[in-house]
Amino acid sequence: MNTWVDFMIVAVLLLNLMMLSSSRIRSCIQIAAVQGVLVGVLPVVIELHHAASGPIIASFFSVILKGIVFPWLLFRALQEAGIRKEVEPIGGYPFSLLMGVVMFAMGFWLSRRLLHTGPLVSTLAAPVSFATFFTGVFLIISRMKAISQVIGYLILENGIYLFGAVFLGGQSLLVELAILLDIFVAVFVMGITIFHISRQFDHIDTQKLTELKDIVISK
Amino acid sequence: MPIKIIQLTIVLAFAPFLFGVINRTKAFFAGRHGSPLLQPYYDIFKLLQKGAVYSRTTTGVFIAGPMVSLSALIAAACLVPFAGHPSLIQFDGDIILFIYLLGLARFFTVLAALDTGSSFEGMGASREVQFALFAEPALFLSLAALARVTGRLSFSGIFSPEVMNSWSVYGPVVFLVLGALFIIFLAENCRIPVDDPNTHLELTMIHEVMVLDHGGVDLAYILYAAAIKFWLLGTLLAGMFLGTFSRGWMIDSVLFVLTMVLLAVIVGVVESTLARLRLLKVPHFLIIALALSAVALILTVRV
Repeated sequence: MNTWVDFMIVAVLLLNLMMLSSSRIRSCIQIAAVQGVLVGVLPVVIELHHAASGPIIASFFSVILKGIVFPWLLFRALQEAGIRKEVEPIGGYPFSLLMGVVMFAMGFWLSRRLLHTGPLVSTLAAPVSFATFFTGVFLIISRMKAISQVIGYLILENGIYLFGAVFLGGQSLLVELAILLDIFVAVFVMGITIFHISRQFDHIDTQKLTELKDIVISK
Repeated sequence: MPIKIIQLTIVLAFAPFLFGVINRTKAFFAGRHGSPLLQPYYDIFKLLQKGAVYSRTTTGVFIAGPMVSLSALIAAACLVPFAGHPSLIQFDGDIILFIYLLGLARFFTVLAALDTGSSFEGMGASREVQFALFAEPALFLSLAALARVTGRLSFSGIFSPEVMNSWSVYGPVVFLVLGALFIIFLAENCRIPVDDPNTHLELTMIHEVMVLDHGGVDLAYILYAAAIKFWLLGTLLAGMFLGTFSRGWMIDSVLFVLTMVLLAVIVGVVESTLARLRLLKVPHFLIIALALSAVALILTVRV
């Protein structure tokens, strides 16, 4: 039972690493979706025998949102913007992958320093959720395309959800639903923004957004 | 003691057989009948009867290369346990000696390749060393993770049946190490996602290019050493499942040899279904092994 939770948490970690090393945006979206579903199901798996209706409803909604709605929105944005591949990120893919390992080690160290709680469901949960936050932030920093940054945002949220699921149990229902709604709005808005960016600038490379078009024209 | 010598004899006798199995599997996937299962033995015996031709630019290093590699690998074979039973020589820390014996074999292969003075072989040597740079730390980290999981420092301790029952407790760790070791296994044995043992295309080959100038007895040594290396690294993978059986020496040994044959079939399937990676992508592939083994080692810290 506990081994299954451990296996799922390690799977979340491996998905982080896969995300850091994959260059196709399509597969990045799929990885984020799989990770979202995995993290969403986790609270139910933890309390398999005495699950209340609250957590089940929450995880049901989050699975629907992260597994179906977000990928659909992102795929649509992808089609409208007409992009396929991420450009080479800062430092390259092998570096990102090694950074993933470093971030996991950092998460381990941090969770040892910060948390002195009682017996937990899994000792891996805190390090992996920290590693997932860091991965999300790292994706936002190092990737060039706006859509990859949205995916980084989703990964960040997965980390928060994992942390909440393990440490707060059923009490975090309200918080999680609020965060989910925020994320939903954010992804929705970003989808529209990406479309507008790509129509305005012919690309969605955020590095180049600083070169304002108006100035070039007025010269 | 006699049993341990019989174990070593089985390893030395059976190792080339696995190459035959791989070739048969690949032939099956290609719809051919394929060469006989014992073809590697025929090849080695044929080469042993031939004389060697040495270029005038080569020195003693070139002649020593294959011999040193073969003897280093036979020495390594003395360290690795057989079917969960202790190896011929065992002491704490023999895992490090094992890795360095593999390193010594590689070093002399590379030296012999450089000794020919051919730029072509130098290219292969450079690639071999570059990829070893990623594969070796990954092997170290994987074995360190296993040593931490089992609390033993010798091969015979790590791969004994009792301690490898830790699958249930350390499931994720063992799983990650298994993945890392499989990548290392394919890379170190010059198998397909990294190197193609059949090709002679100058732009892509790694191991084959280094041994192009060897012939006769030397080439037989190299082929045999490659077979032993395949067996030894395969033992590390097969050893992960040894916790599941210990019913007397005979049955264990038969099951172990069957596991190795199964591993050879798996390698054959991988070779038939995957394409080789672009040479620039190979370090990325090996870094995946490095990442997996590092994560496994970190997980053991507090599990």
